[in-house]
Amino acid sequence: MIILAIDTSNQPLSVALLKDENLLATVTLNNQQKDHSTLLFPVINQLLVQAELKPDQLDRIVIAQGPGSYTGLRIGGTAAKMLAFTLKKELVSVSSLAVLAAPMTSIDSQTVIVPLFDARRQNVFAGVYSYSKGQLVNLVADQHLALTKLVEILAVYSKIIFVGGAAHKFGDFLQKNLPQKDLSWTTGILDYPQAYQLGLLGRKKQPLENIHAYVPAYLRLTQAETQWLAKHQEKLNEPLVEKF
Amino acid sequence: MKKEKRDLILAFESSCDETSVAVIENGKRILANVVATQINSQKRFGGVVPEVASRHHIEQITICLADAMQRAQITYDDLSAVAVTYGPGLVGALLVGVTAAKAVAFAHHLPLIPVNHMAGHIYAARFAGEIKFPALALLVSGGHTELVYLPKVNCYQIIGETRDDAAGEAYDKVGRVMGIPYPAGKQIDELAHQGKDTFNFPRAMLNEENFDFSFSGLKSAFINTVHHAEQLHQELDQADLAASFQQSVIEVLIGKTAKALKKYFVKQLILAGGVAANTGLRTAFTQTMQQFPQVDFLQAPLNLCGDNAAMIGAAGYVAWKGGQRADLNLNAVPSLEFDWIK
Repeated sequence: MIILAIDTSNQPLSVALLKDENLLATVTLNNQQKDHSTLLFPVINQLLVQAELKPDQLDRIVIAQGPGSYTGLRIGGTAAKMLAFTLKKELVSVSSLAVLAAPMTSIDSQTVIVPLFDARRQNVFAGVYSYSKGQLVNLVADQHLALTKLVEILAVYSKIIFVGGAAHKFGDFLQKNLPQKDLSWTTGILDYPQAYQLGLLGRKKQPLENIHAYVPAYLRLTQAETQWLAKHQEKLNEPLVEKF
Repeated sequence: MKKEKRDLILAFESSCDETSVAVIENGKRILANVVATQINSQKRFGGVVPEVASRHHIEQITICLADAMQRAQITYDDLSAVAVTYGPGLVGALLVGVTAAKAVAFAHHLPLIPVNHMAGHIYAARFAGEIKFPALALLVSGGHTELVYLPKVNCYQIIGETRDDAAGEAYDKVGRVMGIPYPAGKQIDELAHQGKDTFNFPRAMLNEENFDFSFSGLKSAFINTVHHAEQLHQELDQADLAASFQQSVIEVLIGKTAKALKKYFVKQLILAGGVAANTGLRTAFTQTMQQFPQVDFLQAPLNLCGDNAAMIGAAGYVAWKGGQRADLNLNAVPSLEFDWIK
């Protein structure tokens, strides 16, 4: 099975081509000056050329579904959804936080893995994972939450490893608010999402039944919708989008 | 008899709150034009919330494509090119269409044609008749009010534009003061027909030499009038208010356009953009154009005045014929605009 894996959830852009569990080609860019819209398709094209493959030889597209930057999620998400739809291929979506947790295969089963993304104003997107019998297990669902809330959730665990650039940013806060815990942080390449890991996770999942229904996992309503819902308990009795 | 060669363009439009995919034959015949509108969603907020718009676009984009391909009864092999709006518009919204178009072009080895949304509005008129150059276009929409000179095909030059609010924006803001839900244009148009121009709102910049517009003064005058009456507990006639507002907008648009027609000797005047669906505006223009018998008057069809991908396909077709191509690194350009005339 030929897999194209795409992660545009945050500043880094990572794309990989896999043949089953083997890596054919991968690129991870972290260019502050250029955005995913400019880079994504040239990178996909470059990888296919180097692997001597044509787009219709892909069997499955795996997309990092979020959480992350809304615009980034939509660029990767639209590309993946449209490629899968137009080429009649399988589409699989995987948590962007799980992608960061995935390389920690050698961690003992007593340690929980906490990947996190900065969501600004002392908020993060985070989930709690562990490895059990070689399988990545999600213990606490990915969510958008205040850092203070995150440390409450983590209080029940004794050994924690934090993953991602945001984990370093909030390092002091986590250390101070989780005393007497065995805490550690990843460094180097492990702080960046690797689409190869995404491809491996996506290889094992069932493809989506309805490609049309795919939307990114934003994990947050827009501010406008939150405010509107606060004032309107009743639902709109018309569909939000009408087609003609 | 030799059959005419069929060139099919697949077009994407997602610059604001409509997700649309169309299939256009030879730049002038609509095989499919699917439009998913978010009006019901956006009216909750009294205007378009960009993040909400972007979220709806990604929900709808593949569904619109599936419907368009099915209605047109074609396969990807039948296509000549993929055209897409890359600006102006809301950046997050544009990116969904741009990315989707790239995916289809890349997957099926088709050329990608970048289209300026405003060129699309002009080419909505192509479905009413042939475009004759040199032409002048008045574009009036929620985001733009501009006069564009078209010396030849694929050449668009601004000769005047609004310095503040677009005409459609003024309609929505005035509508809000009158308690008319977004988008307010159609209802104000209907109300205006039942009233008279009694308030004599200002006609901004009408006597200036340039071809620019301004609608913020009119909007302020309108709001002041309403608020003043409220303080005095006076009841103002809603129909007369609407008629007075609309009359000011129409007179300014017509005055500036007529002035441009006297300076630029064009074969055709094109009226396009969302506000070009306004019946008061269409009637007034039809009358005014009797003073210019040598100028052909082409109006965008009513059902194609709002945002749609058919118009992008029509503009994309002439751009494709003219050799315009985009690379896979095409980005959305939210503030894209035509060059000014030199």
